[in-house]
Amino acid sequence: MSSQRPSAWYAVPAFTFFALFAALPMLLVIYLSFTAWDGLGTPALNGGENWSRLLDDAEARASVWRTLVLMVVSWLVQTPIALLIGVWAAGKQRSRAVLSSIFFLPLLLSTAAIALLWQALLEPNFGAFVGGPLFLGDPDIALYTVVLVISWQFIPFHTLLYQGAARAVPPSLYEAATIDGASRVSKFLHITLPQLRYTVVTSSVLMLVGSLTTFDTVLILTNGGPGTATRILPLHMYITGFSGFEMGYASAIAVVLVVLGTALSLAVMRWSGFRQMSSQQEGS
Amino acid sequence: MKSRPNWPAGLFALVWLAIVVGPLLYLVTVSLRTRAEYLGKSVWALPDALTPDNYVTVLTGGFGQYLLNNVIVTVATVAIVVLVTVPAAYAVVRNTSPFVQKGFTLLLMGLAIPAQATIIPVYLMITRMQLYDTLTAIILPTAAFALPVAMLVLVNSLRDVPRELYEAQAIDGAGPMRVLVSLVLPLARPAIMTVVVYTALNAWNGFLFPLVLTQSESSRVLTLGLWDFQGQFGTNVPALLAAVTLSVLPIFVVYLIGRRFLLSGLTAGFGK
Repeated sequence: MSSQRPSAWYAVPAFTFFALFAALPMLLVIYLSFTAWDGLGTPALNGGENWSRLLDDAEARASVWRTLVLMVVSWLVQTPIALLIGVWAAGKQRSRAVLSSIFFLPLLLSTAAIALLWQALLEPNFGAFVGGPLFLGDPDIALYTVVLVISWQFIPFHTLLYQGAARAVPPSLYEAATIDGASRVSKFLHITLPQLRYTVVTSSVLMLVGSLTTFDTVLILTNGGPGTATRILPLHMYITGFSGFEMGYASAIAVVLVVLGTALSLAVMRWSGFRQMSSQQEGS
Repeated sequence: MKSRPNWPAGLFALVWLAIVVGPLLYLVTVSLRTRAEYLGKSVWALPDALTPDNYVTVLTGGFGQYLLNNVIVTVATVAIVVLVTVPAAYAVVRNTSPFVQKGFTLLLMGLAIPAQATIIPVYLMITRMQLYDTLTAIILPTAAFALPVAMLVLVNSLRDVPRELYEAQAIDGAGPMRVLVSLVLPLARPAIMTVVVYTALNAWNGFLFPLVLTQSESSRVLTLGLWDFQGQFGTNVPALLAAVTLSVLPIFVVYLIGRRFLLSGLTAGFGK
């Protein structure tokens, strides 16, 4: 019978391709973080120089802090809206189906398109809010403005996740609660939310890692400015590497990004008991 | 289950509708205004006349080349991903050797690798391979980073195929290649569609790899082209927004035709 089964060769092209262009770069970035390289010549080992420099780099520390602010505020803005709209859109009413097909429209735009659209919209002289706040030009609120743009872009995606999950909640649970005379709010709090807890975890991991690695939106909207008000960690890495030509040092920052991202995913999953998720899904 | 309308939620949904639609309306209406009107009048005021001129400006300004490059990158990326993942997913489901199973586990760990963190080594590799500033340079890493999700979706779908179906084919004397074509391909079709949509959207909207791996106009893709238009058009915001609108149009058409496929491709692997 074994000859009837596909040989391991069937998997070799996919594995090779992944190893070459995703896994190998992952290892190379660690190596490069111990080198000095200007992007043109050959990377030369320089011991732990990049790493000791990183520890003393006030700008890197500040960019980590901005990244954390961006992550937390994005999560706080996006999660409640996506959850409420997602549960609402899960309803079977025709009006809800029509409106939710409109809610998903931002998903069709590329990040570049969204960033350019919002940049024009928020432009202080000819945009939609002439005479209002400077938004991207005001160092005090630029980072929060970036959060708004990111939220506009990604809430529809998370709405979609919540809509799918809310539709999978067994109707019998609601029927029983209705017979008991439970209010709508109480049904949401005691049935919908607990049923959606694994979706909240999935959505939160994607959202937090997504904000950690936000790059193109900020590059186009502000390029890190005004001053360095929106220079978050991935942008700091990009500017250090591709504008400052310090590729070795930028690689050290990249390693920090990977470590932060992995730690974050693991922490959220562990803290929320994500491990039971697979068995939960198999049962449903 | 019939129930009375939920007014507060409905109101909230309408507010959200305005927030979603407002910027999109702005995008389309400003792209149809003359530059003079954009500079002279508030965007809230009704325009005197709408004009397609901005679209003409964009279409005669390199947009066609960028669009073509985008199509090439997207088609090639999707082709590579589907060609390598379908046989691999079949092997993962039907071949129990440690090489295949361990390899699959490693590949899934790739879900956690942020592409942003790899741009420097990818840049190093691409320049060493003499591929810098070519479309191939964009295609290779874009396809590689689509593999984990694609494999996850395909393997999950093929695991649902009852073992008896494979065994019946084997009794008929079908070799693995024939099983792949006559059993796996038809059964995995919805999953393959999901993979196609997910990969195509990523490739179509990609920004980071093109930014770092290409330079000249002949290998510029749409997203970078838009960014470049911003410099080229300066204060000609209506023309810039016409370019943005044009870049969204192909995906909008797909959305109108196959909303279900598009949405399932977007949440590939993360939702039901």
